[in-house]
Amino acid sequence: MQSSIRTPYNRVVMAVPVTIPYVRYSIESAQWWIGRALKALVDGAGITPRDIDGFCVSSFTAGLDSGIGLTQHFGLCVRWIDTIPLGGASAIAALRRAARAVQAGDARIVACVAGDTNHVDSFRYTLENFSRFNQDAVYPYGAGGANASFALIARNYMRTFGAKREDFGKIAVAQRSNALRNPNALMKAPLTMEQYMSARPIADPIHLFDCVMPCAGAEAFLVMGEDVAASLNLPAAKILATIERHNAFGDDPVQVRGGWAVDVDELYAMAGIKPDDLDFVETYDDYPVISMMQFEDLGFCRKGEGPDFVRQHDLTIDGSFPHNTSGGQLSVGQAGAGGAYLGVVEALRQVLGQAGPTQVRDARVGLASGFGMINYDRGLASGAAILAGPDA
Amino acid sequence: MLQRCGACGTFGYPARDACPACLSPDLAFTDAPRRGTLLSETTLHVPADVHFRERAPWRIGLVAMECGPTLVTHLHADCEEGGLVVMSFQLDKSGQAVAFAHPERETPNMTDDRQWREMTADPKFRRVLVTNGRSIVGQEAVAALKTAGASIVFVGVAEPWKPFRGEDALRAMAGVEIVPLDIGDEKSVADLAADIGGKIDILVNTTEHVRAGGLLDRQGTSVVRDEIDQSYLGFVHLAQAFGPAMRMRGSDGVNSAAAWVNILSVYALANWPVFGAYSASQAACLSLSHCLRAELRPGGVKVVNVFTGPLDIEWFQTVPPPKVAPRAVAGAIVSALKRGLEEVFVGDVAEDIRQRLAANPKAVERELGA
Repeated sequence: MQSSIRTPYNRVVMAVPVTIPYVRYSIESAQWWIGRALKALVDGAGITPRDIDGFCVSSFTAGLDSGIGLTQHFGLCVRWIDTIPLGGASAIAALRRAARAVQAGDARIVACVAGDTNHVDSFRYTLENFSRFNQDAVYPYGAGGANASFALIARNYMRTFGAKREDFGKIAVAQRSNALRNPNALMKAPLTMEQYMSARPIADPIHLFDCVMPCAGAEAFLVMGEDVAASLNLPAAKILATIERHNAFGDDPVQVRGGWAVDVDELYAMAGIKPDDLDFVETYDDYPVISMMQFEDLGFCRKGEGPDFVRQHDLTIDGSFPHNTSGGQLSVGQAGAGGAYLGVVEALRQVLGQAGPTQVRDARVGLASGFGMINYDRGLASGAAILAGPDA
Repeated sequence: MLQRCGACGTFGYPARDACPACLSPDLAFTDAPRRGTLLSETTLHVPADVHFRERAPWRIGLVAMECGPTLVTHLHADCEEGGLVVMSFQLDKSGQAVAFAHPERETPNMTDDRQWREMTADPKFRRVLVTNGRSIVGQEAVAALKTAGASIVFVGVAEPWKPFRGEDALRAMAGVEIVPLDIGDEKSVADLAADIGGKIDILVNTTEHVRAGGLLDRQGTSVVRDEIDQSYLGFVHLAQAFGPAMRMRGSDGVNSAAAWVNILSVYALANWPVFGAYSASQAACLSLSHCLRAELRPGGVKVVNVFTGPLDIEWFQTVPPPKVAPRAVAGAIVSALKRGLEEVFVGDVAEDIRQRLAANPKAVERELGA
């Protein structure tokens, strides 16, 4: 195993996992959702908004407001701020930035928040205005959005590595069974493999249950010094390692791997553990094929072995490889940038033993990952973090 | 056409402001080798946009170009995954340049492909109005459009009781209907539009009013006024009478309105004093065509301008060759419609002026006036 030369996140912890329960459509603004998450953070930590001196926010639907406008909106006076527009990789990036800020003493308590609303037409609006490359060279091609882009990636992956729709179905079905234990999940009905297979096609080979449901919601956590958490009597999780990589493997004609594959050895080296040591994994599941790629790129199997890995494992909470224990975006919903936080916040709950009905037994160390920004033909942003509970 | 870096030669796509290989800003659009491989494809069943919802299922793919870039592209139905394709850029109904993948080799009834027809204004199966059946260009256009498969061609003839050369041949053609139309007369145009305006998928404006002369050798304004009445105001009459219905019918099922064609003198682009006032009337029509193009675009109806040099007709008697055969103009109209082009240049003179204008517009003005 290689050794890491990076500075460990000593004496920096995460605390107070917050989820503001999602709704399919909301008449409220993104600011309303972010505000509720901030309120839940201060209430959960037993602090006042004045105690927050670092603020990191992500949102697709906050309009013209970046983090700075939001400080005035919410009455925050901070000495460290970041606005992270990395889509599904925003939470990992927020955690990394905030942890280093706290470690360096630039901030004492950083609130990391993602919140988005979902008005009846806001998803299409986001789609139309996503990026320049997207506007120029993707949207005019049938306006299929991410479904179309991932359909092209999924189909190529299936043909190259022999993945079957049933393999993706196994991921989706397992997540639905996890979601049935999560009261915050928008999907309340069981999903069978037969239903998965017979669902209506959206963009072949993507069918209905391969797609996340856009919704409104917010997710958040705090990053602070170990001593601060102790003084507040807050259960806190350690950050063993993180990685982040953008626009990797640009020469692959079609995306078959994400940036994780560049840095995965470094991830485990910094954490000082092996993939086998993880008690659960929360991948970024905008589509099951992306979760399958992460099984490979995050070191659980080799490239091309994803389908077989899925066939060999039970991905439910009590299974041999507990995966997306909250139900993931596929079954909980995708609250815009909140989708990036879903896995990270769930991982924090798991290692703190606060996951309630979705708790993996004796979960001590877990991994959460992020993936985002289909700028043109592939997801550009990726990241991952390994968290450990107080007793790990 | 793709961007190619002038510094390192790398082809890039989508359009950028710096080369992704060396960051040079020298990125000119150049003709790129057109071959690629279709890596992956998908059929969209539930597009997010109303335009494509109506047209679903819609097939797109990912093509790796032999020259480097990967293109998201519309697909011809005969393109096969893993197979070679030939790429082109087409103007879609919104006027945006989009990539289109064709099968590497000709396949049967290739141009009837549903997605390809969305990119073009192929006259096949469509209903056409040719505005002037008295002119040879009009008659050749009718014949070419019928040969190209137009279901019916209406041909406008002013004062139909007056016989004209070629009338018998025109009347003998199946699927051709002569209709009364004098485009200089606002009422005549409005009457015809009231009658058939809702059935016109392609309008070909073959108005022809050519008179020699510039400014100083003419007495008074009557000749100039005639040129303006016929060419410019005639265009206005046609546009106001037929344009709104065509714009509304841009997505009217399979028989939708598709294109408006103008035949313009290439001297619309640079005044030729020998036909100076005529050149000016053509320039006015050119400017108006750009306005019409913008106004028809929301309906998905293309405006095609066919630029031609002096035609081989009696009004250009005094002009030495090379001249353009009316049949060549007719061929260019059909070809532009089939390929979905907005601008074509017919004949050597038109092409010559186009190239010289691109090289040095001031020199063209001086040389035409010499």
